[in-house]
Order: sequence, then C-alpha cells, then structure tokens
Amino acid sequence: MRLPLMNLFKLNRMPILRQLHLEEMLMRTSSENWCIINDGTINPTIVMGISGKPQELLETESVLRDEIPVIRRMSGGGTVIVDQDTIFVTFICNKDTIPGLKPDPQRIIQWTGHLYETVFNGIGNFSVCENDYLLGERKFGGNALSITSKRWLQHTSFLWDYKKSNMSYLKLPQKAPNYRQGRSHLDFICRMKDYISRSGFIDETIRAAGSHFQLTPLHQKDGFLNQQYEHLRSRLLTIDELEEAAVYTPAVATRV
Amino acid sequence: MASYLWAKRAASFLRVSVPFRSFATVLKDLKYAESHEWVKVDGGDIAVVGITDHAQDHMGDVVYVELPKVGTQVKQGKSFGSAECNKTVIEINSPISGNIVQVNEEVRDSPGLVNASPFEKGWMIKVEMKDAEELKSLMDADHYSKFCQEEQDRDH
Repeated sequence: MRLPLMNLFKLNRMPILRQLHLEEMLMRTSSENWCIINDGTINPTIVMGISGKPQELLETESVLRDEIPVIRRMSGGGTVIVDQDTIFVTFICNKDTIPGLKPDPQRIIQWTGHLYETVFNGIGNFSVCENDYLLGERKFGGNALSITSKRWLQHTSFLWDYKKSNMSYLKLPQKAPNYRQGRSHLDFICRMKDYISRSGFIDETIRAAGSHFQLTPLHQKDGFLNQQYEHLRSRLLTIDELEEAAVYTPAVATRV
Repeated sequence: MASYLWAKRAASFLRVSVPFRSFATVLKDLKYAESHEWVKVDGGDIAVVGITDHAQDHMGDVVYVELPKVGTQVKQGKSFGSAECNKTVIEINSPISGNIVQVNEEVRDSPGLVNASPFEKGWMIKVEMKDAEELKSLMDADHYSKFCQEEQDRDH
C-alpha cells in the first residue's frame, strides 16, 4: 500500500513565533500533510498554551526584568521555555491521512508515542505518561494539539538540553500530572542529550516519519517562509499585559 | 467540534484510563449537527448554539472557551470558536448562519459549565438566523442519537 504524502520542512534556528505562525498558516490554508522540524530557536522564549495566564504560570517580575519574550500559542497544553537547545517537531495532517487513526487527542498522542518509541529504540526507557514523553520517570517533551473538522496539528518542544537558570522563570503549575508527584521542575525533567545525539534524534525522527509517510523534503528558503500572515492567534504578549500580571497575586503561587 | 470518540478501554500505553458513557443526554426539541453542536430556536429568528452532552463527555474537562464578539457573522458548518481540553484546542462549528447577537460571558469565565450544563448554562452564542431553512439540514434528536451510536460502533 502506498504511504500518504507528507512535506518535510527542516528548519534551523527559526524564531519560535515565526515557526508557530508558519504552522498556523499551514494548518489553516494547506490541504497537504506536513512535518516541521526546527533545530533550536534563537533566544530564550516562554511559550504558553492558548489558555495560559502569566500571573499563574510565570515569575513575571523576573521575566520583565530580563526581557524574556512570552508567546501565547494557538494550541492547548502547558508552558515551556525554549531556546537554542530545544528541538521542535510538528505534525500537521488531514484527519483521514493515517489509516485507522481517529483524530482525537489521545489517539494522536498514542500514535506519536509509537513513532518516538522507534526513535529511541530501547534507549532510556521511553514512554508516554499522562500525555507527556518520558525517559525513565522524567519528562523531556510534552504535547500540544489543535483539531479542526478537517485537520489536526500536534507539536512538541523537546528538551535536548536546558539551562537551570531559565527554568526559574516558570512557576509550578496549579494543575500538574499525577506522575509529577510534587517534584520541583529540575527533578521532573531530563535532558535528551544524556541519551541520544542531537543529529541522531533528528535523523531517527525523520526515519520514523518516513515509515509512515512518503516524505518530500522542502528547502528552508521555500516561498512559504516569505509570506506575511494575517489574523493569526499565536502572538507575543505585550509589556502591558506582563506588567498587569506582575501586580496580580493568585491564590496559589509556587516557584518551581 | 471535530468528530471523534474516545477509546473505550484504558490506553495502557498511555497509563491513563479513558472515561466512557453508554448514553449521553439528547434533548428532543433541539436540532443537531454531525460535528456535535446543538441549536435551539429561541423565539423568532434567534437561535441558541452550544455543544452536546455527547461531545462534552468525550472531550473531558473543558478549561477554556474562546468565543467571538457580538456582531460577528457565522456560517453553517464553519468555525466560530474553540474549546481547550486535554492539551487540545478543538474547533467549534456553527450549525447555523447569521449574525451573533449575544455571547455567553459566563462560559468564558467558567468553562466548566460546558461540561456541567451543556444544554442550559453552557450555551455559547445566540445567532440571528440568516435563513431558517438551514435548520432542515440538521438532525432531530432521534436521528442524532442514532448517529452517535453508529459513530461509536465504527470506532470499536
């Protein structure tokens, strides 16, 4: 049986907001399937899900002091801080693309879990737990999805490496997965680089995707990247919004 | 609302259990879209829109609802808003075309109303209908119940 077609976009250090805008544009206006892999972004940036509230999720005074950009993305899910040591992988598919896969969140996450299981191929005891990707008992990537009547998007920011100091911008979320068991952020996450090389992860992810799809690689300088996008939901929060959050004191606020 | 159903048995690979209900409430006087939204004519040309009990049950806890502004034009079958549940933003489609005349601010502030009271307090928008004939293309309660059952059977 012929594999479904998928365009493969390999990017290098594309700013994360630009990547999110590209994804949103492809989700909305394309009828093709896409795999986007961005090998890092330029500057440390905080990315919240669509319902993220900075006063609950961020140490806003530190964020403002250090001028860390904060983005609210169009998909669901939690808050991450990303930088040049983050590897981004996104799948955008028509709802009937993968035979037998119904476009509901858990089945999509399960499908990606099987894909990444082959990437790690027994290394590091990979598993999916409460919608997160784990090596052993520690998280190295999460899930954020968007589903429309015709298409779905699933994206992950993988912690190939991270700086401890960056994690101090994030608060412990009020709602955490059960398996976290109250651990601080640094005891809860792990570095992918302790298990696999950077190029190894990217190459194996492409190889795993290639077992499900007929991949057509696109060059980074393809015309899509030069388009101007309008009415996009992923956006940078303003200084005013962050300052307003900084003076707001929620009922529960715990540093990670 | 994208058409999907939760897996019936626990997804052991995910180490989570997936809740399942055999029967969801379907109200007799409403009309239903295949994307699991309901519409009720509320006097004259005004239609009230929300998502069904079946939909909210399969979504899980709704933590955020995004609704448009009053005055926005909506089109039958096209998205007018979205809801977040389980790390996923799911598009909500309008079963009717027209002009939005009221938005449920309570649902914006308390998105859990969509789960707790999908047909009453969890309503989302009120639309001044452009063409009431569009209602004829929607399912009645019996047809919708059968549709949900067939969808469920296909998935198992």
